[in-house]
Amino acid sequence: MEHSLKIKIKNLDFYYGDFKALHDISMDIYANQVTAFIGPSGCGKSTLLRCLNRMNDLIPIIRVEGQILPDDQNINDPNVDVVTLRHNVGMVFQKPNPFPKSIFENVAYGLRVNGIKDKAYIANQVEKSLIQAAIWDEVKDRIHDSALGLSGGQQQRLCIARALAIEPEVVLMDEPASALDPIATQKIEELIHQLKKSYTIIIVTHNMQQAARVSDITAFFYLGKLIEVDDTKTLFTKPKLQQTEDYITGRFG
Amino acid sequence: MAKGSQTGKSRQRREGAISFFFFFVALTSITILTLIVVFLFWEGLPIFSKVSVHDFLFGRYWYPTDDPADFGIFSLIVASLAVTAMSAVISIPLGVMTALYLAESASARLREWVKPIVELLAALPSVVIGFFGMVIVAPFLQEIFDIPTGLNLFNASLMLAFMSVPTICSISEDAIYSVPLELKEASLALGAPQWETIARVILPASLSGISTAIILGMSRAIGETMVVLMIAGGAAQLPSSIFDPVRPMPASIAAEMAEAPFRSDHYYALFATGVVLFVFTLLFNLVSEHISNKYRQVGAATL
Amino acid sequence: MNTSSSLLRRRKLTQVAIFGFFRLSAAINGIALLVVVYFLVAKGWRAINWTFLTQPPKEAMTEGGILPCIVGTLCLSLGAILVALPIGVASAIYLNEYASPGRLLRAIRVGINNLAGVPSVVFGLFGLAFFVVWLKMGVSILAGSLTLGVLTLPVIIGSSEEALRSVPDTYREASLGLGATKWQTIYRVVLPAALPGILTGAILGISRAAGETAPIMFTAAVFYTPSLPTSIFDEIMALPYHIYVLATAGTEIEATRHLQYGTALVLIVLVLGLNLIAIIYRARLQRRM
Repeated sequence: MEHSLKIKIKNLDFYYGDFKALHDISMDIYANQVTAFIGPSGCGKSTLLRCLNRMNDLIPIIRVEGQILPDDQNINDPNVDVVTLRHNVGMVFQKPNPFPKSIFENVAYGLRVNGIKDKAYIANQVEKSLIQAAIWDEVKDRIHDSALGLSGGQQQRLCIARALAIEPEVVLMDEPASALDPIATQKIEELIHQLKKSYTIIIVTHNMQQAARVSDITAFFYLGKLIEVDDTKTLFTKPKLQQTEDYITGRFG
Repeated sequence: MAKGSQTGKSRQRREGAISFFFFFVALTSITILTLIVVFLFWEGLPIFSKVSVHDFLFGRYWYPTDDPADFGIFSLIVASLAVTAMSAVISIPLGVMTALYLAESASARLREWVKPIVELLAALPSVVIGFFGMVIVAPFLQEIFDIPTGLNLFNASLMLAFMSVPTICSISEDAIYSVPLELKEASLALGAPQWETIARVILPASLSGISTAIILGMSRAIGETMVVLMIAGGAAQLPSSIFDPVRPMPASIAAEMAEAPFRSDHYYALFATGVVLFVFTLLFNLVSEHISNKYRQVGAATL
Repeated sequence: MNTSSSLLRRRKLTQVAIFGFFRLSAAINGIALLVVVYFLVAKGWRAINWTFLTQPPKEAMTEGGILPCIVGTLCLSLGAILVALPIGVASAIYLNEYASPGRLLRAIRVGINNLAGVPSVVFGLFGLAFFVVWLKMGVSILAGSLTLGVLTLPVIIGSSEEALRSVPDTYREASLGLGATKWQTIYRVVLPAALPGILTGAILGISRAAGETAPIMFTAAVFYTPSLPTSIFDEIMALPYHIYVLATAGTEIEATRHLQYGTALVLIVLVLGLNLIAIIYRARLQRRM
């Protein structure tokens, strides 16, 4: 099965002040696939993920060199409108972070800030997203209750629904299940599997089984360098490099 | 990706304008501080065409309404320093020990009671404390010490102390609280009793914070007006005993401004006194800021 | 063995003595507050009745009520908060949400800290020179409110900043990640979450402004006005100034003692009441967090 190229990362360097956190990263990310970033903590996998929607802009001392080219536009170009970029590249965070608003308003938020006022469209989009995120049945009767009353797993699926509501092309997930119990984790993983039909998904995880279960392509990072990237099956069964093998078999990290 | 790039530009412009607006508003405080300096000097400097700076600051006689008038504020400065120092003698131990109590020895339940009490003490209007000192404390002092008036340096200092205790207490408490736990534990684990841990580890480690607290408390005391206006006794003289009546700078300004003819020498002299008072508090604040910046404790490692 | 047990006992005694001192210091604060409140209530409550609260002073202020002072203090403190709240919250938004570390930010912070340290009588002088004289507002509610507003500004900035700081960064990230602009994020997510904290600060600001005397002595307050204010350019009576005047400059200081106590009681009920509301509200907020 052929997949079209969605994002091309070219010679990306990333600095926190004087510290070089990413060294010369180049890799391709394909549409409708799940790409997993793995590696020990501090290896730069989350930093790279946050480069893809310029979330690192929030930190005042960073510097980025190199290119990230989704659909042929360099997102590090200062002329790129980050708001539009983030509209197209949604993000789900490590800890569920719903706003202290109702379930409905959480999902509607992305639409409202993008200037959509059509009430019927918003209601429709909220329902669609909650269904897509496999949480509609659990919340449909209390959609105007506070989102903070949901369980951790439900909150995370709500956050996924919130990200989907604005119909992004790419969804970034930064360890989306690390704060959840095993059953909630399983639900999220099933959900990821469903979502790749309509979205390009990039997931950061420190859990190798999870990467093996959910992803099509896996990239292994170590100390800010991309060590190896391959088909998930190949990487986990026949890694080319000793370093990768050591990591996935648990000999270091 | 192209969608919305048109609106992107105008959106960025709007966001830039909003950010500039907030920056502009944030400059208000500095602008006002500057205006305060400008207007104090503007209305105060003309007095120096009548008296030299030296005679103004060190002149012993303050007879602003006599003819010829004397504009020497030395006794006012000394009075301000005296009430401040005297109140510090009371407020420093009281404030720091209350802070130690809150941070090191009180149970969580008691903290919940003591902290609001200290806050309410801070909230008491100065005119009420002045009134209290005047009608309750003054007669009391007069009787037990057998002195001609209860409105004196000691009474004013006592009341000022209760106004600076909350400042000293709350800032010290923050400083004591931020002493890293591992330091306390290290000392306790070596078998040092709790009070020795406090004396040898916690106090030295939070010294800069406590100094800041003390200086800010004293700054509050030197600038406080109503208390000294109502109970310091009002005599523009150098005190020879703690039971002498005095006339600190804020009292002089507050009492005389209403009667000083607009833009008369007296009016200018009062503004110049305001300048001196302002400079004192500015110095206190800058010193405290310097201390807290220089000795900022980052973690256990920086000790 | 013997020496070490006596050493232990001595240490224990020292411990008990020192902690006793700490407890005593804390208790002194409570006692001081109690004594002040006790005397004002004991001697003031008899003065308080319906006439006292709803009538203007009579017979050269030796009888009658304090209605104009209550109205005046309400006008001045509400006016002050109208000035300080928007400027203070906007400053706090800049400091906490927009500013990046550097010289400029440090300068602004030094400005705020030093403004907070300016003595209240100096604010009075400034108000007189700037608002009353230079801007030709005259001795008026407007000039007094502006002076008190400037004085309350650092309080409002401080409490608003704390409220904004307590909003978790994850809210900001989530909002920005959904394509919201920075201002949308602040306006729709951060400010609503910080609102209770900001309001607590505003209540404290009002109470601070209500209790100040020196800043309004030359800018707004007068000894006596026969009628209630009708415009913001009117002079006004105020509770703190009324206490001062009755206690120090009245014609019959001893004869009006009960009125002085009564006025002081009304003022501290107002000020401490507002503070208590803020303290209780804040405690409930913290429990909910």
